[in-house]
Amino acid sequence: MFDFGKWTSAFNDLLLGCMPEWAAVLIECVLIAVAILGAYTVLALFYILYERKLCAWFQCRLGPMRVGKWGLLQVFADMFKILIKEIISIKGTDKFLFRLAPFIVITSSVVMLACLPWGNGLQIINFNIGIFFVLAVSSLGVLGILLAGWSSNNKYTLIGAMRSGAQMVSYEISLGLAIITIVVLSGTMNINELVWQQETAWFLFRGHIPAIIAFLIYIVAATAETNRGPFDLPEAEHELVAGYHTEYSGITFGFYYLAEYLNLFIVSGIASLMFLGGWMPLHIPGWDGFNEIMNYIPSVVWFLLKSFFISFVIIWFKWTFPRVRIDQLLAFEWKYLMPLSLANLVLMAVFVALGWHF
Amino acid sequence: MSDIKEILSSICPDVTFTEGGENLLVNVPEKKWHDFALKLRDDRRLGFDVLTAVVGMDWKESVGVIYYLTSTSRGWDILEVKVEAADRKEPYIHTVSDIWKVALFQEREVYDFFGIRFINHPDMRRMFLRNDWVGHPLRKDYDADPKLNPIRLDDEKNEDDSCTYVEDEKGHVKRVPVKVYKPEDYVVNFGPQHPSTHGVMRMRASVDGETITKVDMMSGYIHRGIEKMCESLGYPQILHFTDRMDYMSAHQNRHCLCGCIEKALGLEVPRRAEVIRVMMDELMRISSHLLAFGCTAMDLGATTAFFYGFREREMVLDIFEKTCGARMSMNYNVIGGVIADLHPDFVKDVKEFLRIMPDRLKEYHRVFTGNVIAQNRLKGIGMLPKEDAINYAITGPSGRGSNWSCDCRKVRPYSIYSELKFDEVLESGCDSYARYMVRMREIETSCQILAQLVDNIPEGPIRAMNVPKIIKLPVGHWYYQVEASRGTFGVFIESDGQKTPYRVHFQSPCFNLIGVMDLCCSGHMIADLITIGAALDFVIPDIDR
Repeated sequence: MFDFGKWTSAFNDLLLGCMPEWAAVLIECVLIAVAILGAYTVLALFYILYERKLCAWFQCRLGPMRVGKWGLLQVFADMFKILIKEIISIKGTDKFLFRLAPFIVITSSVVMLACLPWGNGLQIINFNIGIFFVLAVSSLGVLGILLAGWSSNNKYTLIGAMRSGAQMVSYEISLGLAIITIVVLSGTMNINELVWQQETAWFLFRGHIPAIIAFLIYIVAATAETNRGPFDLPEAEHELVAGYHTEYSGITFGFYYLAEYLNLFIVSGIASLMFLGGWMPLHIPGWDGFNEIMNYIPSVVWFLLKSFFISFVIIWFKWTFPRVRIDQLLAFEWKYLMPLSLANLVLMAVFVALGWHF
Repeated sequence: MSDIKEILSSICPDVTFTEGGENLLVNVPEKKWHDFALKLRDDRRLGFDVLTAVVGMDWKESVGVIYYLTSTSRGWDILEVKVEAADRKEPYIHTVSDIWKVALFQEREVYDFFGIRFINHPDMRRMFLRNDWVGHPLRKDYDADPKLNPIRLDDEKNEDDSCTYVEDEKGHVKRVPVKVYKPEDYVVNFGPQHPSTHGVMRMRASVDGETITKVDMMSGYIHRGIEKMCESLGYPQILHFTDRMDYMSAHQNRHCLCGCIEKALGLEVPRRAEVIRVMMDELMRISSHLLAFGCTAMDLGATTAFFYGFREREMVLDIFEKTCGARMSMNYNVIGGVIADLHPDFVKDVKEFLRIMPDRLKEYHRVFTGNVIAQNRLKGIGMLPKEDAINYAITGPSGRGSNWSCDCRKVRPYSIYSELKFDEVLESGCDSYARYMVRMREIETSCQILAQLVDNIPEGPIRAMNVPKIIKLPVGHWYYQVEASRGTFGVFIESDGQKTPYRVHFQSPCFNLIGVMDLCCSGHMIADLITIGAALDFVIPDIDR
């Protein structure tokens, strides 16, 4: 397996060789920021096209076909349009909070993106409570949505924000419990260690029954957490026009739009980290030749492919299922999903205590 | 009919009868009207439980209303009741909205266009026009000077202000102001521009959290004054309006108007034309129900099912395009027959459609109907018991979803429907799911009818030979009903022997549908408002006309 850490430490040594340490750290920080924002944009553009094409195929359509070959340049045209659009300011809004809200949403998703393990040695923040930090940051996003709904001075946005608050606070519990189930199995919250522990086999296979249950709970809760169908009530188009971001225009709307797609990538990335081994290639104990071949596929490719696959599943049921109603949504979480995830946590603890896992 | 006259005379000795028209016409003095109406409904020998149409009339010397009543227990007999207001300047008639709830909106329409105020009506606002409109347009003395009603660019003031007219013991009528919403109500406005009102409908819903407490329907945003326009156009010219009312039942609506004129003229339509008309009606019904399926799915958030519905609807539209030359507003029926012969591919295309449709219906049920979320969203939502469906005159798939046998093709067969074998689709759920399922099953019924006809289209002329060059209807009035995609569609024509009709009234099924929105939605959640609207499946141009 190629270790990208060699490149980064070589680069670090190079910088330290010709300048003081503070200057080297500064340059590295700037470079990382550029890399993160670049990855953010490219991924968002890719995801917009990915979803549009996928949903078109589900619906017996072709999707965007006019701009570029197979419509590949459509997203660039769309982004350019959104960038040059006027940002309309509306009477009666709370100006400061109205402008602040999209930044909170996008900041939380950028920070989460920075925590993901992109490849062997390609990780920006690595510390002992990594996954816990990701969960904490992810709950900041709801603050931006609530502020947007409140400050817009519009009944649709207020109802959308109200729904969003209720939904995200509720589903965060199941999401957290599903992740804790895996933390019980692994005994660590360090993202790098989580990946290395899956070298023999992915957690989904190592933890078998409770891990599979946790995986399913995670997928459902993550869908709700990202406000995607069938849990897209906060922006239920057919009821609330566009929900909490009804009054936003131009790039302020674009921030919500980008954050929505990036959050889809991030929850898929976390799912692949926690259940499918992150960037770790598919290893089957005993099949050394097979494992060796798998190692030839770069770790970045493994991580992206796994994430795209989980996103595919989430997109798939978004475009197939009808939307649930707010009372059904909350009843589903509090009456079924949360008790199930609590029981699953106990089950996993029993499995770990008795050593019934691999 | 003679026994009914005796019964009516015994109930109220003051009534007089006019015969010679197609139905019995009863003239009732205004003072006796409310008590008489109550007996018409409640007397077991009469049982006129459906108020089919309320037609405001201006006879120049007086204004008044013709009520069309139907008795489901007497074999769907129609009775006409004429009530004249005493004073032309200040016309008052007692309301019957407490007896037949459908009159709540129907009487508001009459007030809007004829200025007749209905005593004791709880909410005597205009139905379509603005509050500040000057005059009542369908009166014959209406002043159409644009200076009186310029295009107003300001918002409507006081849209919460309504009133009711109360009569005291001495017979003086007093106006009592009423508020639609209290100042403390949290009112959310849906429309007229909103993604899921299916057109320019406006709903104001007061909510308590997410729960709806009251819905106020405001129409008129696409009102084109079709009835007024008809009064200045010749009969062949008014035909094309019907395609533009409920554009999803264009063929049926036009069939109805042609049928009414043919009945008045005593024209015999050739057999081939009748068969073509019925086939087109059923294709239109399929197309409409496919759209209803798609829109229900889409309003519930299942976008893929929407495209599936549209994929098959496209085949129907292609069939229309080949024969009629258009995909919407086909303008196909004409007085005495149809305008053009069938396209050579017609039979082949219809057979191909009938071949694939059963499998596609199964696919719809797999992708949407069977989904547990869809079931939870539709079942038990928007309950409309059978008594309410009859009282609000909810016909069509929505009425049959409440287990009310009201299919005009069965209960008052017209054209060649009496010769065809098909079953009326009924569901007993009374909820949105039942209405949805009626539509899905009616697609099968329509396919069944098409299969019976597709191999038996007789040869012959497509239009009656003896249609006069200039069409003048004899003096009198006629009422004709067909089963459109959304319910019973009725056309009323009053003629004074001229080239243009004296008065035309279209009784559209969707107009009654919006009347039950408040009843169905109260107590449900905001999301259910959309579900109920989708399951009732109203088309806005049909409401506004």
